[in-house]
Amino acid sequence: MGCIVQNISFNHANGNKALKNISFSVNSGESIAIIGASGSGKTTLLNLLSTALKPTTGYIEHNGSNPWLVSKKALKKIRSTIGTVHQSPPIPSQQRVVTAVLAGRLGQWSLFKSVISLIYPLDILGPHTCLERLQLGDRLFDRCDCLSGGQLQRVGVARVLYQAPQLLLADEPVSAMDPVLSDSVISQLINETVSRNATLIASLHAVDIALRWFPRIIGIKNGEIAFDLPPAVVTESMLKELYASEMGNLPMQANRGV
Amino acid sequence: MKHHSSSGKPYISDPAASSRLTLIAVSLVILWPMLELAQFQPWLLLNPENIEVLGNFLVQFIPPNTEADFLRIVLVATIETLAMATAGIALAILIAVPLGLTISHSLSISRIGPGSNYLFSKFVRFIARFLMLFLRGIPEIVWALLLVRIFGLGPTAGVLAIAITYGGMLSKVYSEILESGNTLPARALLVSGSGRLAAFFYGLLPSTAQELASYTVYRWECAVRASVVAGFVGAGGLGQLMDQSMKMLNGGEVSTILVVFFILVLLADNISLLIRKQLE
Repeated sequence: MGCIVQNISFNHANGNKALKNISFSVNSGESIAIIGASGSGKTTLLNLLSTALKPTTGYIEHNGSNPWLVSKKALKKIRSTIGTVHQSPPIPSQQRVVTAVLAGRLGQWSLFKSVISLIYPLDILGPHTCLERLQLGDRLFDRCDCLSGGQLQRVGVARVLYQAPQLLLADEPVSAMDPVLSDSVISQLINETVSRNATLIASLHAVDIALRWFPRIIGIKNGEIAFDLPPAVVTESMLKELYASEMGNLPMQANRGV
Repeated sequence: MKHHSSSGKPYISDPAASSRLTLIAVSLVILWPMLELAQFQPWLLLNPENIEVLGNFLVQFIPPNTEADFLRIVLVATIETLAMATAGIALAILIAVPLGLTISHSLSISRIGPGSNYLFSKFVRFIARFLMLFLRGIPEIVWALLLVRIFGLGPTAGVLAIAITYGGMLSKVYSEILESGNTLPARALLVSGSGRLAAFFYGLLPSTAQELASYTVYRWECAVRASVVAGFVGAGGLGQLMDQSMKMLNGGEVSTILVVFFILVLLADNISLLIRKQLE
């Protein structure tokens, strides 16, 4: 999905300016990593892209249409083509893994199919394939409350893989995983994006993962774009500047002490 | 505040003390006339004359009537009461589920956006809220008296009276349970294009099912008792039987019926426990 982000800003209800005058565009097949210190506005930007929040000023276009100007029905359709991996997966702990993954397609299914699947999953192979790709195939019928944080995060990723959206958004999708697993999950997300000619926009805390995997890096500082460059051109001093508020310590997956 | 008492030791007073004392005093001043108005005179219980009257009344209840003929009548009335309560609650659920889902903000798409239909959905919620208030604002005994006039003596009036009031109560509590749970899963589903009902089933129901079920069973228990009140105004079941026994001053029969009530409440308790375990 092609997206155009034009001069958007977002103010929280308490007047706090989370984002200021952000513009960029992204084409189908692209993968972008968003990096920046805590509180720089990464999550807010993803929430605006997922249409969970409406920009205070400016606009975002998904495939040429502004989700806040179209009809309710059209917006629902746009939303069903956007999949979000949340940092803490919004999955009820009493739910089984298979149901949590199936929930990815609720936007495409009829109510009848959704309700029947709640009682007996009409598609078991689909969720299983997605979970296999994340080395979680054996947990298909387990309840989500017997999973670890990293496993639950992968169920969240599997849900989005199953949804097969045109725009994949990921908010620190590997924050609870060890380095080896992190790399494998990120590579799955990127493979999915490339193979279906979709779009991936992921916020990442670990700078090294971003630089290793993504062909385009957007650095955000205090709600503004600091740079928007390929990783080869991103210099050490740019990164130090980006993380100045964290004493210039670059958050790396390697020194996270997993 | 630091003061020095006469002995010279430093003394720190709690700054909240005076306002708390005032609050207690004001509550007492308000509460006292209310007790007076309600003619709350518990000491009358200890009056020897009253104790004798009470004793004579209670003695009539012993022993409970266990004649086979009467027990058969009680059994039929019990089944009628259970049927009345169950049918009433089933209808109440039919009223409460759509109302509760309409009112609950945690399933509001218009809250996330778009803003265009916000006023309309606000209006729909207002209507639903008003309907809910109207249903439960009128006591079930009034509904029963009204409906007996339409449907005549018998359980139909009782069932409908329970369905109407309990529909209002259940929808209020349902919507509150749905809002007090973790609403993030449902919200995430709505943002990825899911419909309201699908988001409810996949995002909200798993974490709230236990509470919804146990509250519904508790209401069923209340409906069993309410059906007795309805019975007093001629809506059939154990209530009507109890009304007859009381009018004939037959204490033994009344105490048999009361024992049946205890058993029914115990039953409801165990059903609730069973359902909660199943949904854990």
